[in-house]
Amino acid sequence: MRAYLTSPRFLRAALPAASFAILLAAIFYVQPRAMSYFGMNLMLQYTVPIALATIAQMFIITVNDLDLSIGPFVGLTACIGATLLADTPVLGLLALLACIAAYAALGALIHWRNLPSLVVTLGMSFVWLGIAVLILPTPGGTAPGWVKAIVGLKTPLVPFPIIAAIVIGIVVHVALMTSSYGAVLRGAGGNPRAIGRAGWSLLKIKMVMYAAAGFFGVLSGLSLIGLTSAADAHIADRYTLYAIAGVILGGGEFVGGRVSPIGAVIGAMTLTLTGSFLTFLKISPDWQIGAQGGILIIVLALRALINRREG
Amino acid sequence: MLNKATMGASILATAMSVGAGVADTSDKRIALSNNYAGNSWRQAMLGSWDKVTSAAVADGVVAEAPAFTTAENQVTEQAAQIQNMILEGYDAIVINAASPDALNGAVKQACDAGIVVVSFDGIVTEPCAYRIAVDFKAMGRLEVDYLATRLNGGNLLEIRGLAGVFVDDEISAGIHEGVAAHSQFKIVGSVHGDWAQDVAQKAVAGILPSLPEVAGVVTQGGDGYGAAQAFAAAGRPTPLIVMGNRYDELQWWKEQKDANGYETISVSIAPGVSTLAFWVAQMVLDGKDVPQDLTVPFLQISQDTLEESLANTQPGGVANVEYSLEDAMAVVAGK
Repeated sequence: MRAYLTSPRFLRAALPAASFAILLAAIFYVQPRAMSYFGMNLMLQYTVPIALATIAQMFIITVNDLDLSIGPFVGLTACIGATLLADTPVLGLLALLACIAAYAALGALIHWRNLPSLVVTLGMSFVWLGIAVLILPTPGGTAPGWVKAIVGLKTPLVPFPIIAAIVIGIVVHVALMTSSYGAVLRGAGGNPRAIGRAGWSLLKIKMVMYAAAGFFGVLSGLSLIGLTSAADAHIADRYTLYAIAGVILGGGEFVGGRVSPIGAVIGAMTLTLTGSFLTFLKISPDWQIGAQGGILIIVLALRALINRREG
Repeated sequence: MLNKATMGASILATAMSVGAGVADTSDKRIALSNNYAGNSWRQAMLGSWDKVTSAAVADGVVAEAPAFTTAENQVTEQAAQIQNMILEGYDAIVINAASPDALNGAVKQACDAGIVVVSFDGIVTEPCAYRIAVDFKAMGRLEVDYLATRLNGGNLLEIRGLAGVFVDDEISAGIHEGVAAHSQFKIVGSVHGDWAQDVAQKAVAGILPSLPEVAGVVTQGGDGYGAAQAFAAAGRPTPLIVMGNRYDELQWWKEQKDANGYETISVSIAPGVSTLAFWVAQMVLDGKDVPQDLTVPFLQISQDTLEESLANTQPGGVANVEYSLEDAMAVVAGK
């Protein structure tokens, strides 16, 4: 038992959860008011869209790609949600489905032409932003009532954001980490040639993963407007970096199909809580970005230590 | 800007004249949530807030009034900041918002938690919040109205602000309304000066060769000096340029006035509007009756007040007015 608890594998899996717990304890110490249903709800609300965007990014990272457009894409789906989906639900739904299809097509394009995903998604980020500005030139729109109702759900005992995070983490974990096709999908990141030789279509795998990313991007955009009640084309620009940092903070690796859905959700929550923590400490916002980066580096340094033992 | 001693004295006097009403808010905490601090106007705004609120805290009008600025002018970041303020238990939150609509969720949560929300400059549309808005359209109209009193008509050059920003559209719409009302004027050219002297100078220099004689230049602030430089460099007669309260603009105007009696006006929004928002929040906490929507007056500098305004403006800064509680009461009363 003791050997298991000190094994690099366990430490590695426990690191995201441990950093989250330490941060949460520190916040409760500095601001005891946060230690309540109301407080947790407020503090963690914005982690739901970030967690969803992080999961989207995780799918892309699983197949050794990187998505630099997820932020603007979430912004686009938020704009569609606050305009088309609210006014003409059928058209809105079709538009969102078209977004997911576009993501799948991107996956196909990247695989078919063997293009670097960085370049394709960087280019697409401007396309998404452009379409978002066309749909909603000035900030505004209204989120559909049902979206607001879901995100604003007052669940008994445990605040909704925590339940949502647990559900997202477990659902994706079951689908990607325990199912047999999930193993194939991850294998496409670990050793694409072997998966290809075994008779699986790598094209299909890329399309499935990109479509999954698009789907979670849509969920992220919708949950975001549920919170803000209106949209803005630039509403989620920072999510691109948040999502990448969340995946890495949660124990994922840039290559090799080595990811952790539950870790990614925790990573996203840790990132958002860092902001709250620094505000409660009354650290000037000018320093906050740097301090946030500092916390990120500490966690990654710890992981590098664990990895060395593993290697 | 008023000097520090008179400012302090006036606040003290205000505090005493209001007497018992002020004591009610002595344990209240008011926070400023600001989305951006990257230009001279915003810096002056934060400076005014700090000056007036620290005096108010020292006088026991409120317990605390810290200012927080988000690092990246992002809606989600500011929404999270507001939520943290709710958790910190502030009694009132004063907001200069990154977006008029997208913060409504967080603002509503603040209102539901019993917090007074006052937005200014970048206002929010959530009905429960108080709004101190600027009538930018009226500012544009005022410029053309002034030109109509000075000139018999002629060609106008319009310098616009930052493309795609709401303020730019509003001021420009006001200017065009003004031109429609005074048909003796005609806008012969329009450039974007981005509210910055260097950008405005380049833009004006670029369009000048293609323009007929220009009688007047309508501006949005921060661009008048650059326009004047461009006209001088092109060797063309200096038209009537409406200024925007920046130090370099006022300085140039003063030089011209001394040299050849040059006459114009200068108009912009005083960054000290943040202090008006502070007092409005204080008055609401004090149980005073304040309308949900207020309009802030512009700060206009005329030929007579030029020297005084220039003396009170720091080099590189913007002409400013800070509000006392009495000033705020006058605005609330609609005077």
